[in-house]
Amino acid sequence: MTEKKELTCIKCPRGCGILVETEQGRIVSISGNQCKNGKEYAEKEVTAPTRVLTTTVKVLSGTEKVVAVKSKEEIPKEKLLPAMEQIKEITVEAPVILGETILEDLCGTGIPLVATACVTRKRDKTI
Amino acid sequence: MLQYDLVIIGGGPAGLAAADSAREMGVQSILILERENKLGGILNQCIHTGFGLHTFREELTGPEYAARYIDKIRQKEIEYKVSAMVIDITRDKQVTIMEKGTGLVTIQAKVIVLAMGCRERPRGALNIPGYRPAGIYSAGTAQYFVNIDGIMPGKEIVILGSGDIGLIMARRLTLEGAKVKCVAEIMPKSGGLQRNIVQCLEDFGIPLKLSHTVTYIHGKERIEGVTLSKVDANLEPVPGTEEFVPCDTLLLSVGLIPENELTRKLEVPMDEKTKGPVVTPEMETALPGVFACGNVVHVHDLVDHVSQEAKKAGENAARYILEEKT
Repeated sequence: MTEKKELTCIKCPRGCGILVETEQGRIVSISGNQCKNGKEYAEKEVTAPTRVLTTTVKVLSGTEKVVAVKSKEEIPKEKLLPAMEQIKEITVEAPVILGETILEDLCGTGIPLVATACVTRKRDKTI
Repeated sequence: MLQYDLVIIGGGPAGLAAADSAREMGVQSILILERENKLGGILNQCIHTGFGLHTFREELTGPEYAARYIDKIRQKEIEYKVSAMVIDITRDKQVTIMEKGTGLVTIQAKVIVLAMGCRERPRGALNIPGYRPAGIYSAGTAQYFVNIDGIMPGKEIVILGSGDIGLIMARRLTLEGAKVKCVAEIMPKSGGLQRNIVQCLEDFGIPLKLSHTVTYIHGKERIEGVTLSKVDANLEPVPGTEEFVPCDTLLLSVGLIPENELTRKLEVPMDEKTKGPVVTPEMETALPGVFACGNVVHVHDLVDHVSQEAKKAGENAARYILEEKT
């Protein structure tokens, strides 16, 4: 029995419609994608879907209240909400540099959480 | 009076790319004017990925994309002022700004690039009946609250309009623990990118109600809910299809409008369709020496396209300046 699954590729704004055919969980054909990224996406999406998580982390002593962060690579889709629970609990001291690692291992995925923006340290008020 | 060959109004993606390309062409005297307290424009609050695939061949977040251009501006030592709001421009290219800590300053430019971007359509443009309770925001305002101020606009959210910012905010608020009840779209098809429907709504099981709109806003002090109605082919609400959806927050993602208050002071012809100034293929307005690029001209889907257009505007602005000098 061939099972068909229709996907929309999220790899670029083109958003190709991709048809994946599987037999007993094994992929037998992928069509509709216009590049190799689409093929990779489709393969992952029907087996183990992954996403990049982007959110913010609270900053202490910074000129901004929060700093934008992302998972350095894609993490399993089902880890998105558990990862948010972990991130909610952490704070980072300013200054923060773009690219800096905020967490070594995001939610047991082995993938680090990195800053995607800079925050400078608030200058201490002088009397 | 301060004098610059090139004054660029707006330090977002359009202004930054225009400045960069004008300097590449050899223009030395450049000033970027930005009303916020830092460069980068709306990219600073667009913390999601999806930027830069065309420009940098990799997928970046908004702040990362902005940082690439800001680094270029710093490396090239291009001058800029932040917390400097342009309040007037004249046809003879005098630019008046209100600058934090300095006050009113007038600058004489030889050439101006308009790069003011766009604004969100507000509730007032929709004529939804009901009181004016708290809890109604444009999607971009909510994005600022969450991504810059680190505060949530509410807990139970309805989003009207399925533009990309609305879709992105549906995911963002869900990740932060809010319950997004649904995204209602009056048209039979979403105005957002298909990839955003997948990764922002479908990933989290958020319903997209096509051909639906908000026909009443409930609540007097704080919004308590909305009435959703199905619409017919003429976009008119169908009686009998009303459904009450409780919520404490309504976000509007109902379109963007180029921000052209300043452009109008130049009395250049505007395009009714794009709501931006009419421009030549060189991105010059009808007033010689005044160029425009990015969302101030027409609203772009992708920042990469804004950067491309701004590069062209910057190059042509540079040619105008350099030709005048020889």
